[in-house]
Amino acid sequence: MLQYQQPLDLAFQALSDPTRRRMVERLSAGPVSVSDLAEPLPMSMSAVMQHLKVLEAAGLVRSEKVGRVRTCRVEPEALSAAERWLNDRRRSVERSLDRLGAFLDETKPETET
Amino acid sequence: MTTPDTPVLAHGTFTIKRRYDASPERVFRAYADPIAFRRWFVDGEGWTIHDWSHDFRVGGSAGGSFRFGDETNDTWFNDTEYLDIVENRRIITSYVMGRMVGGEKERASASLATIELVADGSGTRLIYTEQGAFFGPDGADHIPLREHGCGEMLDALGRELKAQA
Repeated sequence: MLQYQQPLDLAFQALSDPTRRRMVERLSAGPVSVSDLAEPLPMSMSAVMQHLKVLEAAGLVRSEKVGRVRTCRVEPEALSAAERWLNDRRRSVERSLDRLGAFLDETKPETET
Repeated sequence: MTTPDTPVLAHGTFTIKRRYDASPERVFRAYADPIAFRRWFVDGEGWTIHDWSHDFRVGGSAGGSFRFGDETNDTWFNDTEYLDIVENRRIITSYVMGRMVGGEKERASASLATIELVADGSGTRLIYTEQGAFFGPDGADHIPLREHGCGEMLDALGRELKAQA
């Protein structure tokens, strides 16, 4: 349920670099191939791969090689344990309030219908 | 980025609204009556309830321990205190949640939860607001503080990712 990532330090470090922030921004719009990701950046492919490695190590980005194309996407789960906790709590309260609704329906007295 | 002196807690607030086709009296009773409460709040398919208590009065406690699925899963606990109760109008609780580890409670979060009931025609609007502090099962040390600027940036990023998800 609650999961501890590497301390957020890694994520902060990864995002402290403007190039890597640009990469994450770009990926926030949807998965892209490494070559598309590199295309607008004024640097070599190997420099882009280095940055990608840092983002992957921080758990912010995942990449997958399918055939000859390596595709990258953001990894929203890695953002923060606190955010996960909040989302878990919200979902759990929503579920229980739905159950309350079902209970109220099942126990509806004749006079109220 | 964090120093040993840095307080390490994360805070969050959320509000959920529902409308029920039932009077505030019935909604309130679903919280107040231990049998009703247990039926919709505690028991559920796949859950094993080890123990549960329900002392619905200001200053009273409620809560227990429970597990989802088989015994390989963690047992969690919920310790709730009733801070304020106004019949058919509102219920305010504080509660702590966490995991049981070797018979000991490993607290992970502490929350203030308010439940407001507002009559709406023949039904009821329920407004649930929770404000929580999250400190994790291993104490506070494992969650680094979001350093101001960086934290804001990550928050903005998080919103964007959620919008996309």
